[in-house]
Amino acid sequence: MMGTPTLASWLILGALLFSIGVTGIFLNRKNVIILLMAIELLLLAVNINLVAFSRYLGNLQGQIFVFFVLTVAAAEAAIGLAILVVYFRNRHSINVDDIDELRG
Amino acid sequence: MPLMTTVLFYVFSAILLGSSVLVITARNPVYSALYLVLAFFSAAALFLLVGAEFLGLILVLVYVGAVMVLFLFVVMMLDINLAQLREGFLRYLPLGLAVALLGVLELSAVFWTAPLGRLGIPASSLPKGTSNTRALGTLLYTHYLYPFEIAGVILLVAIIAAIALTLRRRPETRSQAIGEQVAVRAGDRLRLVDLREPQK
Repeated sequence: MMGTPTLASWLILGALLFSIGVTGIFLNRKNVIILLMAIELLLLAVNINLVAFSRYLGNLQGQIFVFFVLTVAAAEAAIGLAILVVYFRNRHSINVDDIDELRG
Repeated sequence: MPLMTTVLFYVFSAILLGSSVLVITARNPVYSALYLVLAFFSAAALFLLVGAEFLGLILVLVYVGAVMVLFLFVVMMLDINLAQLREGFLRYLPLGLAVALLGVLELSAVFWTAPLGRLGIPASSLPKGTSNTRALGTLLYTHYLYPFEIAGVILLVAIIAAIALTLRRRPETRSQAIGEQVAVRAGDRLRLVDLREPQK
C-alpha cells in the first residue's frame, strides 16, 4: 500500500478531500463562511484529480482546465463574500436559517 | 519516482487531509481560514511534486495571497454569534460521516478495480528543455485563447458585481461633492454691494 504513488493514490487523495468537503457542508450548515470554505475544498479536490490525470496521461489540457477552474472559483468566492457582507449588513446574522426573505 | 518524492507525497497528503478536517471542525472561523491556508500550501507542494509548477505557484499566489486574505478580512469584519452557528453540529455528525464514508468507499472501489495499472508511471508530455510554465503558456495563448479571454471577462464581471453589491450610499454622512466644488463661480459665493450713499 505504501508504495510509490500511482494515479490511484492521487485519485484516492482527491476522493478523501472531496468527502471531507461534503462532510463540512453537512456539519456547518448554519455558517455561510464555513460553507464557502468547504466549497473551496471540493474545488481543490477536483483540481488535484485533474492535475494527476494530466500528469499520468501526459496531456497538458488537464492543467489548462485547472487554470480555468481556479479563475471561476476566485470569482465565485469574491461574489459569495460580497453577498455575505450585504446580507450581514441587513440582518446582522449569517445564519442560513435566517435567509428566508424570499419566502412567499 | 525516487524514494524522497514518495515520502514527500505521503507527508504532504497527510498535512492536506489533516488541515482540511480541521477547517470543517474548528470552533472559530478565523482558525478555519488559517487551516485552509495550510491546506492550500500543502496542495501547492503536491502540485510542485507532480510537475505542475505553474499551477502550484498560482495556487499560492491567487489562493493564499488573495482569496484567503479576502476570507480572513470578511470573517474579522463580521461580528457573528459563534454559539448560535455551532448548533446542530453534533446532530448532523453521524449523517455527514456516513455520506463521506460511502463516497470514499464508492470512489475507492472504482479506482481499485478500474484498469489504471498501466498509468503507474507519470508520462511526460514536455519536449526536452521546456518548462511546465512555457508549455502551458504556449497552449494557453494559441489553442485556448478564446477561453482565456472569456476567463478575463468573468473576472471583470466578478469585480464589478462585488463592488456594486457592497457599495452603499449613505446620505446622512458628510462628504465632498467635488463636481459642485469645481463648477462653482465667483457669483455664487460673493455678492458685491454698493455701500456709498446715493448722490442727490
